[in-house]
Amino acid sequence: MSHHTTPSKTFWTPANILTAVILVIGLVLTVKRFTMGIGSVTNLTDDNPWGIWIGFDLLCGVALAAGGYTTSAAVYLFGMKKYHSAVRPAITTAFLGYAFVVFALLYDLGRYYRLPYPLTIYPGPTSFLFEVGLCVALYLTVLAIEFSPALWETLRWKKLRFWAHSLTLVLTIFGVVLSTLHQSSLGGLYLLAPSKLHPLWYSPYLALFFFVSSIPAGLSMVIFEGGLSHTFLHHKMDETHIKEAPGVTLGFAKAAAVVLFTYFNLKWIGVALDNNWHYLSTGWGAWFLVEMLGFVLVPCLMYAVAAREKSQKLAFWASIVTVLGIVLNRLNISLVAFNWQLPAELRYVPSWEEIMITVFIVTLEITVLRICLNKLPILHEHPEFKGAH
Amino acid sequence: MKRRKFIGMLAGAGACMAASTATAGGTHHFKGYPESFGVLFDSTKCIGCRKCEAACNKVNELPAQPVPFDDLAVLDSRRRTHHDTFTVVNKYSVNDKPVYRKQQCNHCLEPACASACFVGAFVKDKTGAVSHDASKCVGCRYCMIACPFEIPTYEYHDPITPRVRKCTMCQPRIEEGKLPGCVEDCPKGALVFGRREDLLNIARERIRKHPSIYIDHIYGEREMGGTSWMYISGVPFEKIGMREDLGVTPAPELTSGALSLVPAVVGLWPMFLTGAYALTKRREKIAEEEQHHAVAEAVAEAQSEAAKKAKAAMEKAERDKQAAIDREVKKALKEAEEARLKAETPADPSEQ
Ligand code: SF4
Ligand code: SF4
Repeated sequence: MSHHTTPSKTFWTPANILTAVILVIGLVLTVKRFTMGIGSVTNLTDDNPWGIWIGFDLLCGVALAAGGYTTSAAVYLFGMKKYHSAVRPAITTAFLGYAFVVFALLYDLGRYYRLPYPLTIYPGPTSFLFEVGLCVALYLTVLAIEFSPALWETLRWKKLRFWAHSLTLVLTIFGVVLSTLHQSSLGGLYLLAPSKLHPLWYSPYLALFFFVSSIPAGLSMVIFEGGLSHTFLHHKMDETHIKEAPGVTLGFAKAAAVVLFTYFNLKWIGVALDNNWHYLSTGWGAWFLVEMLGFVLVPCLMYAVAAREKSQKLAFWASIVTVLGIVLNRLNISLVAFNWQLPAELRYVPSWEEIMITVFIVTLEITVLRICLNKLPILHEHPEFKGAH
Repeated sequence: MKRRKFIGMLAGAGACMAASTATAGGTHHFKGYPESFGVLFDSTKCIGCRKCEAACNKVNELPAQPVPFDDLAVLDSRRRTHHDTFTVVNKYSVNDKPVYRKQQCNHCLEPACASACFVGAFVKDKTGAVSHDASKCVGCRYCMIACPFEIPTYEYHDPITPRVRKCTMCQPRIEEGKLPGCVEDCPKGALVFGRREDLLNIARERIRKHPSIYIDHIYGEREMGGTSWMYISGVPFEKIGMREDLGVTPAPELTSGALSLVPAVVGLWPMFLTGAYALTKRREKIAEEEQHHAVAEAVAEAQSEAAKKAKAAMEKAERDKQAAIDREVKKALKEAEEARLKAETPADPSEQ
């Protein structure tokens, strides 16, 4: 290997400067949150106890980290070997995604230091939140082990690496079971609040909707990140990754089209079963249609066309629309259509500090992800472990 | 972590869920603890004097309020409970006449807050009170999301030990045989404390005796599966800020159906996935075998082809060799013949 392939670049690129600024502001706000209380940085009230830290950081974070279980299930359980190179990046993003979901929760929990209570000291199993907590904790462990070989390879700890790797199948099955449970439980949380969530979004099938929509969410994130790493991290990718990428994109696009269509139909069945048609002619109905047509049907068709025409570019754009759609859906349920009956002056609008902390956490996550992709054998195989997967 | 321990934990979760749904999702209807207490609020008797608010503040040792309790001007704006105000009285104008309504925790028979809490910090007591144990609370505020009456409140400005706060129905006083603070200080008898069954009878009796004063509905008798605090009124409840669209389904039943699927997922999903894996493996194996077969055939074919070629080559070599030998022999014979002819002719003197 040659020692002078890349000329030394300055560390202070615009992206890095922006990152640094955000991290500094974030740290200041973090100190404020933990010394002066949640109320000092958020607009949360007794009427609106959950804001964007739950609506975005938790609900969207978990949905968008679904790429981990969808990809590893596709490859290891359903035998789509040709997508193998997509597994490591997907697992990495999922692992970091969940780790940062838990990290973000510490800001939102009044007594964050009691986070293990529900799992150890006082379980409250009648609650969907208990299930969310238990599954996320277990799944984070699963993801950590699934992610670890990349680390062991870099450290050349062969024993650990082969041990971790030998668990792949079991971990994959666990991963799918745990994901099914907690992805759906997040929707299940809102089953308890029929009087607060708008009827177009409330449904006894909320748990099912959350689970089904997590699949295209995960697939789209894999496509989206794949597209990004091709642009920005091409030099880190080995031949297999570059060769397999179009197949992954188009294969996932096809799967996403199918599941999005299923989801689209399920949602209408939900409306029909509760006979909520009359709400469609209201302003809320228009908003519901924006979500359903613009962010479910449109990306579904985009994906279908992309898969047929073998257009990676279209698939990439479809993945962006899908991801936005998932975010829109989770925010609608947790914030927009929640408390819809409250008068406008009592509705929740996040404070800038609250938003800034979310931006801070996302930036932190992206920074760690960038470091991992640059330093660990994720987009390429470690030379000493070629073909050892 | 050991693989087995992992499975154990997962199975445990499933069993936990199964057990919880068995009680929450059963077909029985929980009617509340027999002999449990409650309070009946009669809005036709309430004059909005805020004495109950003052009493609540005192018995619960809540911080002093910025506006004194005898200032009735606050009644003109809509208020809700806060972490230092467990009860509030609001004024509504119905047909140009003021109607007052007291608001506090309704102490549901099957409380949404309790079924939401993931550490079991809420307990429905046999006295009827729903109490909250701050020493368990993690501060997730899911109870506040769940409560259909928007009662639990939070100490958002406490950085270390924020608490969920709400009316306790004065459980400690009830256990001492005393009345809840608000009931004791109500000058108009708008609040009646007693056993829930008795309160229902009192309410029914009032409605029956004065059909022109009361509307025929006891709020809390069946709302959300029933509550320990109940209300009667001369005007429709929605006119005094009480939701009439809550339905009669107790909160735990809203989630029991979906929760009951958890053990099914834990039980069946792994089998299905292992099945999928086995199928994949089988498919792969068959494909591999077929490939093997194909390779073997190809190899065999190649071998026979090669053998044929070799044979042909050998034969050709044989032929070539024979030809070469023939050629050599011919050549040798020819040379011999030439030599003989030379010997027969007389010698050339120049060759010597
Ligand atoms: S009114 Fe709300 S806080 Fe009170 S018991 Fe019912 S659900 Fe719980
Ligand atoms: S805030 Fe506390 S009491 Fe309320 S649900 Fe969470 S842990 Fe339970």
